[in-house]
Amino acid sequence: MTFDLEFFNLGYLDTLSNKDTLVHRIDPRIKIIVSFIFILFVVSFQKYQISSLMPFFLYPVFLLTAGDIPFKAIAKKVIVVSPFALFIGIFNPIFDTNVILTPFGIPVSGGWLSFFSIIIKFVLTVSTAILLIAVTSFPGICEALERMKVPKIFVIQLLFLYRYLFVLLDEALRMVRAREARSFGSRGKEIRTFIRLISVLLIRSVERAERIYRAMLSRGFRGEIRVLRRLHLRYFDIVFAAVSITMFYILRNYDAVDLIGATLNRLLR
Amino acid sequence: MHMADALLSPAVGGAMWAGSLGTIIYCAKKLREKMDDKLIPLMGVLGAFIFAGQMINFTIPMTGSSGHIGGGMLLAILVGPYAAFLVIASVLIIQALFFADGGLLALGANIWNLGIYPAFIGYPLIYRFIVRQNASPQRITFAAILSVAVGLQLGALSVVLETKLSGITELPLSTFLVLMQPIHLAIGLIEGFATAGIVIYVRTLRPDIVDDLEGVKSLSPGASLKKVLVAMAVLAVITGGVFSWFASTRPDGLEWSIEKIYGKPEVPQRANQITENLSKFQEKTAILPDYSLPSKGEEDTKPSWPAVDPGTSLSGLIGGIMVLTLVVLFGIGIKVLRKHKEKM
Repeated sequence: MTFDLEFFNLGYLDTLSNKDTLVHRIDPRIKIIVSFIFILFVVSFQKYQISSLMPFFLYPVFLLTAGDIPFKAIAKKVIVVSPFALFIGIFNPIFDTNVILTPFGIPVSGGWLSFFSIIIKFVLTVSTAILLIAVTSFPGICEALERMKVPKIFVIQLLFLYRYLFVLLDEALRMVRAREARSFGSRGKEIRTFIRLISVLLIRSVERAERIYRAMLSRGFRGEIRVLRRLHLRYFDIVFAAVSITMFYILRNYDAVDLIGATLNRLLR
Repeated sequence: MHMADALLSPAVGGAMWAGSLGTIIYCAKKLREKMDDKLIPLMGVLGAFIFAGQMINFTIPMTGSSGHIGGGMLLAILVGPYAAFLVIASVLIIQALFFADGGLLALGANIWNLGIYPAFIGYPLIYRFIVRQNASPQRITFAAILSVAVGLQLGALSVVLETKLSGITELPLSTFLVLMQPIHLAIGLIEGFATAGIVIYVRTLRPDIVDDLEGVKSLSPGASLKKVLVAMAVLAVITGGVFSWFASTRPDGLEWSIEKIYGKPEVPQRANQITENLSKFQEKTAILPDYSLPSKGEEDTKPSWPAVDPGTSLSGLIGGIMVLTLVVLFGIGIKVLRKHKEKM
C-alpha cells in the first residue's frame, strides 16, 4: 500500500538527517540560503537551454555524496513526485514545432528542447529540496528560520506539526487498515464513510491538542517556548557559501559546457 | 495543482514568495495581538491532522478514482483565517521538503494559491457571510461548497497566470484555462461537500469543539475585514482585466494564441560581452577556424534563433556529456575521499 511507503519515507529522511558528515555540520541557515540561490540560478535559464544546465548537477551531487545519502532513496522520490511539471511541459512539443536544431540531421523542435529543459530543471530543483532536508534535520531548519527572523509563533507551531506528524500518521494508518480489513472492493471507501473517519480523526487530534496544552501548562508554559540556541556560523560555512555562490554565478554567465564541447570538438577534428 | 519550480521564472517565483512571506508575518502579528496560548499546540496538531487526513482517501462519486481533501477551508472554519493561513503554509513547507511537492521556489506560489484564497476570501467573505450562529446543515453545506469552489477556482487561475507569466509553457492561455478550471470546479464541489460533512458531523458528536473553536477564531475585528475587502477589490480588478483580455481573444481562440506565440519568436540568447569575447578568442585560436560548419550566408536569412547552428549544437552535446561525466567523477571522488577519511 502506498500509504505505508510514504510514511516510511518520511521517517527515512528524518533518519538520514541525523547523520554526522561534513554537509550535515554546515549551518542550516547557510544550506537554506545557498540552496535557494541555487534554485534561483537554475530557473533563470532560458527555456531552450539544456546543456548549460548540466554543470549545475554539481551541487546536488555534492550534497548527495558528501552527505552520505543513498542515491536510490533520492532518485526514487524524484521519479515519483509531482507530475504537474511534466503534465504542463508535455504540451510544449505539441504547440512549439519550430525546428531550431538539427544535430546529425535529426530535426529537433523548440518544444522538445523546452520540454527537456523543464525536466532537467525539475530534477535539479526537486532533488535539491529533498537533499536539503536529508542533510539538515527539520528541527535544524526550524531553528534556522527562527534565527532568520521568521515569526516565532509560526516556527513554534511548525515544530509542533512535525513532532505530531508521526503520531497522527500512525493513527491515520491504523484507521485506514481497520477500514481496509472491513471493506470489500470499493465498498467502505464512500465519501460518507470517509467523512466519519476523518471527523473522528479530527476530534481525536483536537483532544490530543488539549491534553498537550494542559501538559505544557503544568510544565510552566507561558505562551513562549525557549529554544536552545546552538547555531553559530563557522569559518567553513562562510567559505562553503562563498564558493558555491561564486560557482553558480560563473556557471550561469560563462557557458562552460559550450567551451568544453567546442574545445573537444576541435581536438577531435 | 502544486506549482513546480521548473515552471517558474525567478521574478514570478520571487514575487509570490514576497507575497506569501508578507502574509505569514501579518498573520503572526495578528495572532500575537490577541494570543490564546491554547492555539499554539492546536495549530501544530491540526497541521499534522491535515497531513494524516490526506492519507485517508475516498472514492470520488461517479468516477471510481480516489481522492483526498486539501483541508484549507476546514482549517479556516476551525481556527479562523490567520491561524489557518499559518497552518496551511506549514503543511506546504513540509510537503515541499519531504515529498518534494513543487520545490522551494514554488513554495511561495503554493502558499499563496492554496492559502490566501480559502483563508482571506472563501472563509471571511463567503462562508462567514452565509453561516451564522446555529446554522442549519443545509446552509453549512451550501456555504462550504460555494466557498471551497471559489477558493479553488482562484487558486487554479493563479497557477495558470503564474505559469503563463513565467513564460515556460507554450500552452495557449485559453487551452490552459480549459485544462485547469473545470477540473478544479469538480474538485472544489467534492472538497466542499466533504468539508461540510466533517463540520456537521463533528458538531453533532462534540458541539463544544466547534463552539470552542468559534470563540478562538473571533479574532478578526472589523478593521481587518476592510483590508481584506480592499485586497479583494484589487484582485477583482486584476481578474476582471485578465478575463476581458481572455474574452477578446476568444473569437479566434486557439489559432490566435498560436499565431501570437509564433508571431513574436523569442530571442532567448543573452548578449554577453564576455562570452562574445571568449568565442572571438576561440575563433582566433581555432585549429579549424570555421568549426561551426560553413554557413553560406545563412545568418542573414535565419534570424529566429541566434544560437542555432549545427556546429554549436554538436559541441553543446559533446560538452554536456563531458560535464555530466565530470560531475559523476566528482561525486565518486568525494565518496572515495570520505571513505578514506573514515578509515583513518
